[in-house]
Amino acid sequence: MTRISVTVDGVKYSDDVEPRTLLVHYLRENLGKVGTVIGCDTSNCGACTVHLDGRSVKACNVLAVQADGHEVTTIEGLAEGGQLHPMQQAFHEHHALQCGYCTPGMIMQAIDILKDNASPSEEQIRAGLEGNLCRCTGYHNIVKAVSAAAEAGAGSKAGE
Amino acid sequence: MIPASFEYLAPTSLADALSALAEAGDEGKVLAGGQSLLPVLRMRLNAPEKVIDLGRIEELRGIREDGDHLVIGAMTTHADVAASDLVWEHAAVLADAAAEVADPQIRHRGTIGGALVHADPAGDLGAPVLALDAEFVIAGPGGERTVAAADFFVDLFETAVEDGELLTAIRIPKHTGWGGHYEKFVRVAHQWSIVAVAAAVRVEDGAIAEAKVGLTNMGSTPLRAAAVESALVGRSTGDLGDACSAAADGTNPPSDLNGDAEYRKHLATVLTKRAVLAAAGG
Ligand SMILES: Cc1cc2nc3c(=O)[nH]c(=O)nc-3n(C[C@H](O)[C@H](O)[C@H](O)COP(=O)(O)OP(=O)(O)OC[C@H]3O[C@@H](n4cnc5c(N)ncnc54)[C@H](O)[C@@H]3O)c2cc1C
Ligand code: FES
Ligand code: FES
Repeated sequence: MTRISVTVDGVKYSDDVEPRTLLVHYLRENLGKVGTVIGCDTSNCGACTVHLDGRSVKACNVLAVQADGHEVTTIEGLAEGGQLHPMQQAFHEHHALQCGYCTPGMIMQAIDILKDNASPSEEQIRAGLEGNLCRCTGYHNIVKAVSAAAEAGAGSKAGE
Repeated sequence: MIPASFEYLAPTSLADALSALAEAGDEGKVLAGGQSLLPVLRMRLNAPEKVIDLGRIEELRGIREDGDHLVIGAMTTHADVAASDLVWEHAAVLADAAAEVADPQIRHRGTIGGALVHADPAGDLGAPVLALDAEFVIAGPGGERTVAAADFFVDLFETAVEDGELLTAIRIPKHTGWGGHYEKFVRVAHQWSIVAVAAAVRVEDGAIAEAKVGLTNMGSTPLRAAAVESALVGRSTGDLGDACSAAADGTNPPSDLNGDAEYRKHLATVLTKRAVLAAAGG
């Protein structure tokens, strides 16, 4: 076992973990953060996307021990005071989901896109979501939601 | 799936990493960004007893100038290479290729050193560093040595980095004022290259004065298209003529579900032309 200290969604945790524990399993099983989901075995789908020190990563392809001393934000840490993050609100308003399984990862990656580019074109949004697969929507409403969130100024919030 | 159990070591200096590696011997495996290694461990294709994480060694990270060279630390991420003004200025084709690796999440973790030591023939960084005549700085128990790109790539998944050694940096002669472009051909999002071409050209008065061309996935290692490089010299950027038609000469591309060898040879000539035109225009 290795002792790690990680700040997740603003709360500091210290835990003993086996070094082989994947970050996504640590989040779900040790911390109960089941908002972050697992969709594949090959690091292709992006469903497990979280932010590590503010940038998007696939939590199934990072060890929990690699996050020691670092900061993680999951889908569960976005809303503030009961108010959805503007990107969550935009996904809601634009019907950017059907089954919803890809949604936590899509939203985390969409926020990451706006960190580099507060007003991305449709093409830039599609390229930015390249590592996130959706089996239901055909992506159109997801792209619309990200555009709308950017126009509503979610980019300035993304930089926080 | 989750990896088999291992002991985790996180040295904070290169010297400590080298001694941990020496001590671990055959039982040790180096972890960089983990974007190739963790999938391998999760599939249980490999089960090292000790994993030595380079992620906490600051001296292996970052991009700096050293006279007429650019020096990129092995642990610099694809995202940092793709976002670097220095790399765009002095080695544009490498920055362009780094932006084409996998997807944004993987580019935030994966490192240039990890990708080059992994040496997947479909990987995107070998061709640009080979085209730019890069040198590889390798540290081992006996000290440091420098290997030319032409000698670095040995075979499929095999490089000049020996057991007990670490790649510490990539030194790239500055190609300031050269245009660069990486033309990657894939069928679906965030796929490995079916074929890709790295082109760097220096244009003088509307004609190509010098050209360097690297090929991805046209053999077991990245390759230079030497015949194309010489045929391009003197050509007008508006009319390359048949200068790119020899792009597949001397190559031995794989045949797989994405295309057979003949198809890849055809692709190489088409993509070379596109890459050179884009590099000359940019
Ligand atoms: C879904 C997916 C899609 C991908 N698509 C692409 C793609 O399109 N193009 C592409 O080029 N790559 C692609 N990759 C791979 C990606 O580029 C990896 O980042 C890269 O291959 C490995 O870099 P890493 O830092 O993650 O290395 P790791 O995975 O940590 O290590 C890779 C190997 O190199 C060794 N190693 C690492 N660093 C050193 C060092 N400094 N010295 C000695 N040995 C070292 C390790 O022991 C290991 O054997 C993809 C990966 C995934 C998961
Ligand atoms: S579960 Fe992580 S990418 Fe699919
Ligand atoms: S909404 Fe079902 S996978 Fe995207």
